[in-house]
Amino acid sequence: MILLRTQNLSAFYGDFQALFGINVDVEQGETVAIIGANGAGKTTFLRTVAGALRSAPDAVVFDAEPIGGKTPHEIVRLGIAMVPEGRRLFPSLSVEENLLIGAHSERRGPWSLKRVYELFPRLRELRHLPATSLSGGQQQMAAIGRALMSNPRLLLCDELSLGLAPIVIRDIYQCLGAIIAEGTTVVLVEQDINRALDASMRFYCFQEGHLALAAPTKNFDRAELTAAYFGMQRR
Amino acid sequence: MEVAAETVHVERATRASRIFAMLAAAALVALISLPWWGDAGDMRLIAEMAYYLALAQLWNLLAGYAGLVSVGQQAFVGLGGYMLFYLTGVWNVNVYLAVLIAGPFAGLVAIPVAFAVFRLRGAYFAIGTWVVSEVFALLASLIGSLGAGSGMSLTVPILLEISHQRDVRNTIIYLMTLAVSLFVTTVVYLLLRSRHGLALTAIRDSESASASLGVNTFGAKFIIYVATATCTGLIGALIFLQKLRISPEAGFSVNDWTVVVIFMVVIGGIGTIEGPFIGMLIFILLRELLADYGTYYLILLGLIAIAIMLKAPWGIWGWVIQRYNLQLFPVGRRLVVAPFEKTAKP
Amino acid sequence: MQWLNILIQGGLLGGFYALFAIGLSMSFGIMRLVNIAHGDFIVLAAYVGMVAIDATGFDPFMSLIVVIPAMFLFGYALQRGLLNFTLSGGLLPPLLVTFGISVIIENGLQQGFGAYDHRLKEGAIETASLHLPGGIDLGVYPLLVFAVAVLAIGSLQVMFYWTRLGRAFRAVSDDADTAELMGIDNRKLFAVALGIAMVFTGIAGVLFGIRTIFDPAAGPIRLILAFEAVIIGGLGSLWGTLLGGVVLGIAQAVGAALNPNWQILAGHLAFLFILILRPSGLFPRTRD
Repeated sequence: MILLRTQNLSAFYGDFQALFGINVDVEQGETVAIIGANGAGKTTFLRTVAGALRSAPDAVVFDAEPIGGKTPHEIVRLGIAMVPEGRRLFPSLSVEENLLIGAHSERRGPWSLKRVYELFPRLRELRHLPATSLSGGQQQMAAIGRALMSNPRLLLCDELSLGLAPIVIRDIYQCLGAIIAEGTTVVLVEQDINRALDASMRFYCFQEGHLALAAPTKNFDRAELTAAYFGMQRR
Repeated sequence: MEVAAETVHVERATRASRIFAMLAAAALVALISLPWWGDAGDMRLIAEMAYYLALAQLWNLLAGYAGLVSVGQQAFVGLGGYMLFYLTGVWNVNVYLAVLIAGPFAGLVAIPVAFAVFRLRGAYFAIGTWVVSEVFALLASLIGSLGAGSGMSLTVPILLEISHQRDVRNTIIYLMTLAVSLFVTTVVYLLLRSRHGLALTAIRDSESASASLGVNTFGAKFIIYVATATCTGLIGALIFLQKLRISPEAGFSVNDWTVVVIFMVVIGGIGTIEGPFIGMLIFILLRELLADYGTYYLILLGLIAIAIMLKAPWGIWGWVIQRYNLQLFPVGRRLVVAPFEKTAKP
Repeated sequence: MQWLNILIQGGLLGGFYALFAIGLSMSFGIMRLVNIAHGDFIVLAAYVGMVAIDATGFDPFMSLIVVIPAMFLFGYALQRGLLNFTLSGGLLPPLLVTFGISVIIENGLQQGFGAYDHRLKEGAIETASLHLPGGIDLGVYPLLVFAVAVLAIGSLQVMFYWTRLGRAFRAVSDDADTAELMGIDNRKLFAVALGIAMVFTGIAGVLFGIRTIFDPAAGPIRLILAFEAVIIGGLGSLWGTLLGGVVLGIAQAVGAALNPNWQILAGHLAFLFILILRPSGLFPRTRD
């Protein structure tokens, strides 16, 4: 079953067009990576799906419902959660309060404070500290936990590895495995191609706002990816 | 980039702006000759329109081009007015000279004020300028030689200095107001055409970006602030030369000299030369039409300003430009690529 | 002793200014709204109280039963229907729209009630005072107002730090875009915030109407005083606002002691002085 489908999705920042007719399908239970160089439109894509940028109503379809014109909080209520680029934790809130903000949509499901603390035991120890006093990796865990608190069916992860040490990145991706095992569908945006391909089943490669390549991660032509990534053979 | 250099030139004037220039010249002739065919009431109204236009242009220059959203311009109106009354009443200075001194005096006061309020940004700046004006108002109400709380009047000998005949006096004051208003509008227009104008627009659009490109934002803003204060003080002197009386409340009135002026600029179109003119006309029209119904015109003006801000934030003129690509006072530079068969001017 | 008395009277006056400022501080802290109409809202609340008193025969304190819900609904509707649309375009839209509201309220009140002075009469408490040793008189009413200010800020503090709603307010204040991505309905939350802010504005308005005469044009100076308290204290910190009010009150009391006409002027000068030395106030909390 297709959980998320974008059909001819375009997005704009003012007069500047950032996405051009993107068609992406994500199956229920799948992990899909979106890769591309800086400025390819990956983050814009996630933000548009999450409702932070406007699009035509039927350009984004979630669980057979057109959601393109909806506001972000309505979309969270439908079951899409975002781990934003750079974590974006609320600095004047404690770790636990940050997690609780994620529960604001009151969606029912497997995730609760208790379950998040089981997944990230460190966070339980740090729960009363201000979120900004945490290390980068711990902040990333809190940001993932905050998104999980809304019990999403679809989790959008933007640059989980940004600014983190390799060993921390490994830990984070291990936890992501546990989340995927729970049945959550995941869309990953990464600049670290290998990391993204390892964690996903299929990938889409964006290039300057266009979809340049879509392929399964197990079986694809490296040369084709290089071309799509760097734009050596534009349509 | 295949267009030969000589076929491209930068053009300011448009056909509409040329037609407008001719109409404006005709209107100006009519206004100058008004004392010979209109009555005192007409002159008062036109003079009022003229000084409101000038105040609106000045606020537009501050906020619309330099990004300085001041709510305290009444400080300089009051200072200019008080300076006129003080110099003529207490020091027996010639009334024309006093009018001329009033402007630079307000500008001089604006220098230390600028150093203080320029430390503030955005909303702080707005409120800070307002508080400064309140300070001046309170000081005026405390100083005995300025008439304290009850203010000052222009005495008969001072008026006789202008002329012994009332009609002549009215005509002279009217023409002075007209001239100053025209002067201020011209200065604002020329300033915006100049290199400084470009720098200002850049400041408004993005202060940090223009600073990094080497535009001296503090210097440009400082000059604009002081120049605006000087012109505002000059207009203040003329306003109260007409009114013949000044008091702290009237001189430093935030409603009369700033709020309605802001409304004019926003309704007409902030950041354009044409906008303040349109806004001023709407204000005067509403007030004259609703003159018998108390202050409803102000309520209506407030409603219009709110509606404009929400639905067409660039004002009536901004909407017209967008829709018809018109410009009567060309301040923008348009790159014109001449057709190849014609030989364009270099 | 005389100077101690001045400090005390000024400090108590500061409670009044803090009460004026709570609504302003909240709407700036949560939605970055620079509310020029705030002073007119205070005056409007006093008029609502006056109408309620005339209609029901309540005394002014009792009129709060009407004023508080009326002001909450007014604030909620105003934010929902109008002010929410001004928050994405920089400084000018909220400034101008609230300027418009200010002019509309002021002139509307003038058309409706005339330009005369009014006063809400509460009776003996207005003039009662406690005599302390050393010749210091504490007015019961200023004391009551100060207590209300402390209580108001204390209860808001509890709301901000101990409730789900307060948590959402703090999150939105930190980063409104991310809060919305996490499932918070910012527009509704802003409306509730202005509603709550108006509750305190309503209380301030009625207490103000008991203390001094008011007329339709009394708003702008209340706005300036409230702004001074907020900015002296540092934006986004309610206890800072209380302290800002106290600093302002003391500055005014000192000015008034030197010359009765210098009261307001001394407050303005103290404000400008502090602002020039410390543009972000004495106790800044909000970043930006």
